[in-house]
Amino acid sequence: MEATPTVRKTFAHGIHPPDFKEETRSKPIRRFPFAPVMIVPLSQHIGKPAKPVVAEGQEVERGQLIAEPDGFVSVAMHAPASGIIRKIGLAPHQSGRMVESIFLQPFPASGQQVDPGTPCEVETASPKEIITAIQHAGIVGLGGAAFPTHVKLSIPEDKRIDTLIINGVECEPYLTTDHRVMLEQTGDIFTGIRYVLKATGAKRAIIGIEANKPDAALKLRRSIPEEMPVNVELVKVKYPQGAEKMLITALLGREVPSGGLPADVHVVVINVATAAEIGRLLPRGRGIIERVITITGPAISKKGNYLIPIGTPLRYALDQAGLHEDVSEVVLGGPMMGQAVSSLDIPITKGTSGIVAFTSAETNHRPEKIYPCIHCAYCVDACPLFLNPSRLGILAKQGEYERMAAEYHLMDCFECGSCSWVCPSNIPLVQYFRIAKGIIREKKAQS
Amino acid sequence: MNELLQGIAFLGGLSLVLAIVLVVANRKLSVYEDPRIEQVTDLLPGANCGACGMPGCRAFAEQVVAGKLQPGQCPVGGPETAITVADFLGIDAGSTERYVARLLCAGGCDVAVQIAEYDGYPSCRAAAAVTGGFKGCVFGCLGLADCEDVCDFDAITMMENGLPLVDADACTACGDCVRICPKGLFELIPISQHLIVQCKSLLAGDEAIELCAVACTGCGICAADAPEGLIEIINNLAVIDPDKRQLETEIATYRCPTGAITWIDKQQFADVTTRTQTVAR
Ligand code: SF4
Ligand code: SF4
Ligand code: SF4
Ligand code: SF4
Repeated sequence: MEATPTVRKTFAHGIHPPDFKEETRSKPIRRFPFAPVMIVPLSQHIGKPAKPVVAEGQEVERGQLIAEPDGFVSVAMHAPASGIIRKIGLAPHQSGRMVESIFLQPFPASGQQVDPGTPCEVETASPKEIITAIQHAGIVGLGGAAFPTHVKLSIPEDKRIDTLIINGVECEPYLTTDHRVMLEQTGDIFTGIRYVLKATGAKRAIIGIEANKPDAALKLRRSIPEEMPVNVELVKVKYPQGAEKMLITALLGREVPSGGLPADVHVVVINVATAAEIGRLLPRGRGIIERVITITGPAISKKGNYLIPIGTPLRYALDQAGLHEDVSEVVLGGPMMGQAVSSLDIPITKGTSGIVAFTSAETNHRPEKIYPCIHCAYCVDACPLFLNPSRLGILAKQGEYERMAAEYHLMDCFECGSCSWVCPSNIPLVQYFRIAKGIIREKKAQS
Repeated sequence: MNELLQGIAFLGGLSLVLAIVLVVANRKLSVYEDPRIEQVTDLLPGANCGACGMPGCRAFAEQVVAGKLQPGQCPVGGPETAITVADFLGIDAGSTERYVARLLCAGGCDVAVQIAEYDGYPSCRAAAAVTGGFKGCVFGCLGLADCEDVCDFDAITMMENGLPLVDADACTACGDCVRICPKGLFELIPISQHLIVQCKSLLAGDEAIELCAVACTGCGICAADAPEGLIEIINNLAVIDPDKRQLETEIATYRCPTGAITWIDKQQFADVTTRTQTVAR
């Protein structure tokens, strides 16, 4: 019997929001039926939209390639169900823009089986071939950022990777998808790690898990294949422990420099569900067509973890999970870094890790009024990046965006929201920063 | 006594040497500055708004005196200033056409569907970051008044229907509203132009009208009625070719089923009531 380790690694600062995970953490992953119409946006990832390879009216098989990557920073899309392509046109999207999308109407008897494609074998494939296979499987970071995984794994020539970190922290309140994936797709995770170790040249892998998931840690630790250089480490329960930079500091004591990437400290971090997806799809030569999503929150009666076809409209997903009448807010992702939606007609995409629905009982209690900053410095103590949100907030109000970036490291802020969470004056700090960052990025793009 | 004299002599000598150094330095290092720069600066409005692309009026004056910019490029001063400056320098004023910011959306809360309540930080840019805002039409104005706030000339007032109204007399075409609007709804258009398409929706036909009664449906009637080449339907939206502007005619608006394309005189939305700022901040 392994002893639970007592030393729990972590980073400095951070916050402890209530986690609300108990309602779904023990719910096994369940499959979802197909929606009457599915909307597959051509842009579900950061980068260039995919190029459709099907035409309106065409019949497609579940798992068939329907759009191919357009350039390097772009990934493929596959049909989530067997059916007919009804339309290729604009559809509302989580980003708030209308995005070119493929509308697929599944056949009434569409089954779950998928024909295998050309496998990419870990023993024989070169690192380059693995990276291409990942791109063509359409895999992106499933933790929420939706950054194409093959781009992340393409390490520049002058950088050397020694450690692969598998992120199983899941510090975002309410979400339990990674937890379930670790318990139920353990084998896939290790297969995926094997591919990624080879692709990046890393010598070892560390799976980092928050200490509130000891069962997952135990299961993984017991399943480590012989002679595989993998460690499972528990990290302290603290938000935002799952942010790449925080996790690297916690596990390895290395600091990613301001404006730098994990590769600068010889590390690559990928989410545990992304690893599982690589491990499941590559040996079978398939593409990603579904993902595990936690549907939860006070406005949901059948809270749980569901395997949902990509392209399923939000409204259909919520209906299946039993949405209450008096729902008043729906958030994609978790409540800290997620985003409230304004329309239930948007589809679930590869980057959707959770759906949290609230009733008016919760949303009515939010404090409305914004008070001036009292310089309590709670936010300074909370910011995991040691920024000064108080100062940044004051500059934002004055529109001093350039100074925020030049003197106060605005662009390092990754919008974790810890500062807003602790602010007793209810100042929407992270909202200010999001706007400021957008403006600075625009200015840069113009010049 | 002797020491005192010595001291006086020393200090006197020192001042003499320093005075000579200063005279020489002044001769050698002085920069000739064209006095006209100062004079032109005085003729400019002194708003230092940056609308000309320079960091301030003085920098603009330097460029004009150097012949790199034309007097007409100060949008705030208008034609009168441009001509005064041009006459003073004995040069051409350049194009002095006056521009004004026009709003390319007429979808106020009375005609456009709202699909969600927004109770976040009251700013268009913040709301736009949340799935595009709360309006059915993701292209349209959110009405949270970022443009009104940013305008240094008090030229923008929010109307009862939630849309910003630009006072064509006060607008200096500085372009701040163009830059701040997250939906890119403002365009600087010559005040002499009457024909505008007050919509940016890329949806077609019924899909567009379902969300907003005054949407451009991309039906193409205006393009067919207008002189050849003036209007083109691009991505289901009528677009006026800025180079063919002199061809504009009111006929293009007569058969528009939604009124998205309109003929305006000096003031846009002349028929809509205004209100002073009541948007909750
Ligand atoms: S949102 Fe940005 S400034 Fe605020 S705590 Fe997080 S990283 Fe720091
Ligand atoms: S937590 Fe809020 S009130 Fe306190 S210093 Fe930061 S911004 Fe000011
Ligand atoms: S025009 Fe743009 S900035 Fe002005 S209120 Fe509308 S959305 Fe906001
Ligand atoms: S459809 Fe056109 S006029 Fe109506 S809200 Fe959208 S952009 Fe504005």
